[in-house]
Amino acid sequence: MNIVVLVKQVPDTSAERTLTEGEYGHFTLDREALDPVLDEINERAVEEALRLKETIGAQVTVVTMGPEPAADALRKALAMGADAGIHVCDEALRGSDVPTTARVLAAAVRAVEDVDLVLAGNAATDGRAGAVPAAVADLLGLPQLTQVRELEISDGQVRAERVTEDGEATLQASLPSLVSVTEKINEPRYPSFKGIMAAKKKPIRTLDLDDVFPDADSQRFVTARSQVAQAVPRPPRAAGTRCDDDGSAGRRIAEHLMAQKLL
Amino acid sequence: MPQVLVLADHAEGRAKKTTLELLAAARRLGEPAAVVVSATGPSAQLKEELACHGATRIYAVESADADDHLVTPTVGALELAAREASPVAVLVPATVEGNEVAARLAVRLDAGLLLDAVDLDASGTATHIVFGGSYTVTSRATHGTPVISVRPGAFEPEEQMTQAVEQPLTLPSVDPAGSARVIERRPAPAGDRPALAEASVVVSGGRGVAGPEGFKVVEQLADALGGAVGASRAAVDAGYYPHQYQVGQTGTSVSPQLYIALGISGAIQHLAGMQTSKTIIAVNKDPEAPIFNIADLAVVGDLFSVAPQLTEEVTRRKG
Ligand SMILES: Cc1cc2nc3c(=O)[nH]c(=O)nc-3n(C[C@H](O)[C@H](O)[C@H](O)COP(=O)(O)OP(=O)(O)OC[C@H]3O[C@@H](n4cnc5c(N)ncnc54)[C@H](O)[C@@H]3O)c2cc1C
Ligand SMILES: Nc1ncnc2c1ncn2[C@@H]1O[C@H](COP(=O)(O)O)[C@@H](O)[C@H]1O
Repeated sequence: MNIVVLVKQVPDTSAERTLTEGEYGHFTLDREALDPVLDEINERAVEEALRLKETIGAQVTVVTMGPEPAADALRKALAMGADAGIHVCDEALRGSDVPTTARVLAAAVRAVEDVDLVLAGNAATDGRAGAVPAAVADLLGLPQLTQVRELEISDGQVRAERVTEDGEATLQASLPSLVSVTEKINEPRYPSFKGIMAAKKKPIRTLDLDDVFPDADSQRFVTARSQVAQAVPRPPRAAGTRCDDDGSAGRRIAEHLMAQKLL
Repeated sequence: MPQVLVLADHAEGRAKKTTLELLAAARRLGEPAAVVVSATGPSAQLKEELACHGATRIYAVESADADDHLVTPTVGALELAAREASPVAVLVPATVEGNEVAARLAVRLDAGLLLDAVDLDASGTATHIVFGGSYTVTSRATHGTPVISVRPGAFEPEEQMTQAVEQPLTLPSVDPAGSARVIERRPAPAGDRPALAEASVVVSGGRGVAGPEGFKVVEQLADALGGAVGASRAAVDAGYYPHQYQVGQTGTSVSPQLYIALGISGAIQHLAGMQTSKTIIAVNKDPEAPIFNIADLAVVGDLFSVAPQLTEEVTRRKG
C-alpha cells in the first residue's frame, strides 16, 4: 500500500510568536525568529503510517510545502522510518492561503503513483485552522475521515473514530481515503541513531511551482485570496493580586467575585 | 440588498444557537438567507425560528445523504445555494466541522477563506484573535465570495421578524467513492452544564487535581457557579477527565467572563486557549507557577482546601 503523510514545519510553540509586516502590507509569521520543528501532530501522523507499514506493509512518502529549512521536517520523518520525501519549495508560494496550500499539496500527492491513503494532522500548531486536510480531500475527490483518534484498515476498508466538540462518530470509507489524526491517536517514536543515519541516504525530491502546476502561468498564480489588513499585538496581561492561603482563601475569592460582580 | 448565506445547523428540528448568532452576524453584511440541509426538509419550528431571527429566504436543500455522510452533503448544498444566490458572503460556524466545510467550499468557489472571525463589519472585513490571544488581526477576502467561519459566542442572537421565502433545492446524491459514511453518531452528552466554548464561567483542573476522583472538587465549584468544566492536557492524558474538555492550543479555546484554574501550572499551550478570559483566578501550591503571571487573583494554596471552601461560600451567597 502507498501512504502519503502531509507534514508541516512549525515554529516551536514554547517560544513567543510575532507577526512582521512585509511587502505590500502583508503580515506574515516571523518564522526566522523561531526554532522550526516538525509539528508534533505530524509526528503522530507519521507514527500511524509507520504502524501500518509494520502491520500490513506500506511505502511511506512524506510531503511538505514550505521554505528551504522545511526539508529538516522531512528528514526527521525519514529518520523515524518513512521511505521518501517530497518538498515543494518555491519563493512564489510564500504567503499561501489554505486553498492554495491545499492545491499544491493535492498536486504533490498526485505526483506519487497509486496512493491508497493520505494522512495529515488535524490542525497545525501555527494557525490551527484545521482546514487544509478537508480542502485536500475535496480536491482529490477522496473520502474525508478527519479528527480521528482511532484508525483501523483492513480489506481496503477504513474505519475511524472521529472526535469533535459535537461528540463522537464512527466513520467508514473505502481506500483510497484521506485521514487526519488528533493528538490522542498514538505516542510517536523517537528516531533511533540508526534511523537518523539511514535518513541521510533516503531520497527527497524537491519540486517548484512549475513542477507541480506545469500548465499554470506562474506570473498570474494566486497565492492568497485574502489579505491581512492589520495586526495589532494585544496588551499582555499583568499579574494581579496575590495571596497565600491562610485558611480563608476560598472566602477571599468569593469576596473578589462579589466585588467584580461575577457573583 | 444582497444576500448573505448562513449555514443553518439544526438538531431535532430546532436551530442551534450558533445558527441564530450567524443570522445576527449576516445582518451586518446584507440580507440573511439560511441554507438548511436535511433528509426530510426543514421542520415548521425551524423555519419559524429562522424567520424570527431575520432570515428573508430559506434554501431548503433536501439530501437523502445528509445524515449518513460526513461534510460533503453540507458543502454540496452551500455550493448549490451560492451558485443560485450569488451572495456577498457565506457564513458557517467556526466549529471543527464548520471550518472543514468552509475550506472545501472556498476551494470550490475559488474564494477567499476567513476562519474564526470574532467580528465583522459592513465591508466584509473580519477580525480574528490569533496566536492564543497575543494578536488582533483584521483580514478581508480579495477574491470571490468570501467564505467566513464565525466563532461561536462572538455574536448575540437578535430577534427580527421577517417573512421568509422558502426555496427548495435538490442535491444530487453523493459519490460514495468520495465521501465517508457516518456509521454511528454519539453526540456529546448534553448534561446540565453549559458547553465549554460558550460558557461564561469555566473551572478547569490540571495535574494537581491528582486523579479522576479529584475532579469532583472541580465539578462542584463549576456547578455552584453555573459554569463548564475544563481540563489541562496533562489531566486529560493522565485519564483524569475526558479529552473533549481539554482547554488550550490543541483543545478548545475559551474566553469566558471568569476562568478558574485549579492545579494548573500555566504552560504556554494552556494559556493559548484561555488567556483572553475576562477574569482569571488561579489556585496553585507552587508560588512560582507561571499561571500566576496572568492571573487577576493568584492564590498560593492547596486546591483541595481552597476550592471546597469557595464552593461553600458561593452556594451560601447565592442561596
Ligand atoms: C504541541 C503541544 C500542544 C499542547 N496543547 C495543550 C493544550 O491544548 N492544553 C494544555 O493544557 N496543554 C497542552 N500542552 C501541554 C502543556 O505543555 C503542559 O504540559 C500542560 O498544560 C500541563 O498541564 P498541568 O498544568 O495540568 O500540569 P503540570 O504542569 O504538571 O502542573 C500541575 C500543577 O499543579 C500544581 N499542584 C499540584 N498539586 C496541587 C494542589 N493540591 N493544589 C494546588 N496546586 C497543585 C503544581 O504546583 C503544578 O503547578 C501541549 C503541549 C504541546 C507540546
Ligand atoms: N504547508 C504544508 N505542508 C504539508 N502539510 C501541511 C501544510 N499545511 C498543512 N498541512 C497538513 O494539514 C494539517 C492541518 O493543518 P491546518 O489545516 O493548517 O491546521 C497539518 O497537520 C498537515 O498535515
